[in-house]
Amino acid sequence: MLLINCPWCGERNEPEFHHGGEAHIERPKNPDALSDEEWAEYLFMRTNPKGVFLERWVHQSGCRRWFNLARNTSTNKIIGSYKIGEKPPKGTR
Amino acid sequence: MKKYSILSLARNALNFHQDWGKAWRSPEPKKTYDVVIIGGGGHGLATAYYLAKEHGITNVAVIEKGWIGGGNTGRNTTIIRSNYLWDESARIYEKSLQLYEGLSQDLNYNIMLSQRGVLNLAHNLHDIRELKRRVNAIKLNGIDSEFLTPEQIKEIVPIINVSQNIRYPVLGASIQRRGGVARHDAVAWGYARAADARGVDIIQQCEVTGIIRDHGRVTGVQTTRGVINAPKVGIVTAGHTSILAAMADIRLPINSYPLQAMVTEPVKPILNSVVMSNAVHCYISQSDKGELVLGAGIDAYNSYTQRGSLHIVEEQLAAVCLLFPIFSRLRILRKWGGIVDTTPDASPIISKTLVDGLYINGGWGTGGFKGTPGSGWVFAHTIARDEPHKLNAPFNLDRFTNGSLIDEHGAAAVAH
Repeated sequence: MLLINCPWCGERNEPEFHHGGEAHIERPKNPDALSDEEWAEYLFMRTNPKGVFLERWVHQSGCRRWFNLARNTSTNKIIGSYKIGEKPPKGTR
Repeated sequence: MKKYSILSLARNALNFHQDWGKAWRSPEPKKTYDVVIIGGGGHGLATAYYLAKEHGITNVAVIEKGWIGGGNTGRNTTIIRSNYLWDESARIYEKSLQLYEGLSQDLNYNIMLSQRGVLNLAHNLHDIRELKRRVNAIKLNGIDSEFLTPEQIKEIVPIINVSQNIRYPVLGASIQRRGGVARHDAVAWGYARAADARGVDIIQQCEVTGIIRDHGRVTGVQTTRGVINAPKVGIVTAGHTSILAAMADIRLPINSYPLQAMVTEPVKPILNSVVMSNAVHCYISQSDKGELVLGAGIDAYNSYTQRGSLHIVEEQLAAVCLLFPIFSRLRILRKWGGIVDTTPDASPIISKTLVDGLYINGGWGTGGFKGTPGSGWVFAHTIARDEPHKLNAPFNLDRFTNGSLIDEHGAAAVAH
């Protein structure tokens, strides 16, 4: 079980959280102008790396706020959490 | 290949089984092959076998990072069924089930197929309506499927708790009587032995580290044992599909998650069918050794660690004890995790790619074992003819661009 550091509440057990997938996927600024390929890229294509992964979580049973987490998917080691709008920890991007 | 038979058994019994030959060779990799298959799991070995058997292409290498069948082929809960909702899925999974039905004879290897019936339980009114709709849709595709009342379920599974006073009462079930289980290792070993006998080289402990391309065409692979050239390369690496595809700069709509399974201590025969429940979420069967084989949902987060969180196990065991109070005192013997590559529509990708000569078979999510023979059969066709068979044409990569998704989240039986 992961021990996740919510930037607002501190360390809590994983079942309090809900995973929100890959972070930093930008919503299209002009959706009407998007081609099918660009829609597919935005909606479906994912990096799915083996190694450092920047992902979103929501503290569902706590403060109910979203934040980002840098975690290594080959070890599950958590590198650090950061608030939405903040920069990821050094060396993770 | 020395044929396995009652005679060979008797002959080998005379010298106390000391002289059984190896089931497949371990050759040094050649410089060049007609086709290289990356991944020596069930799907990769089946692909190699059908390339040789159906298409006469025998100059084939199967390259495996670890040992054959050591990934998801050896980690699943061995359930086989074809009760899928949509026509496209019904056709490919039914093809797979039909191949399974003749596989022991075809491979001359006992895969211990046991068509003991697969039940999917309903726990509320919506479940019942949904299951009945599915039963009818499946029947329309010519696949066996029936709806059972709690009394009929009790006849088939006497130990199940059908009390209406529990939190999630059992209100009905669908059953596919031709569904069941098979020995998962035997499927890998049987395909390996039969493919090897037709000339396929199975190269274990050889990891692919790069995919070599020239002007948009694949020309070979870089491995930990040197460069292996081939004009056609198939990626069949469940659990690492995105990683291999990234070597050829291909982005996929795949996320990889751990899926945990476990077995209890062995007990005498007590459960003679496969019972699955989406609502309380578990699936359970009994192996020939007597262990109860249990599985449930995936873990929440992307990971390649082949292990998961304990609360997932706890929820699953709670579901098992709800349905089968008699199992509450059994001890868990071991548990493990495998990495499942999930797609947005819970359907596999068996497809050509933008790189000429490079093919991808992956994204089977939580249900790849049942698809093994059909997957290999259509993938061999796709590679040999450089075009998909009509069974796997709908499962192309383009569907995520043109929107023709095959949404099988309901039939996947594992929420993801």
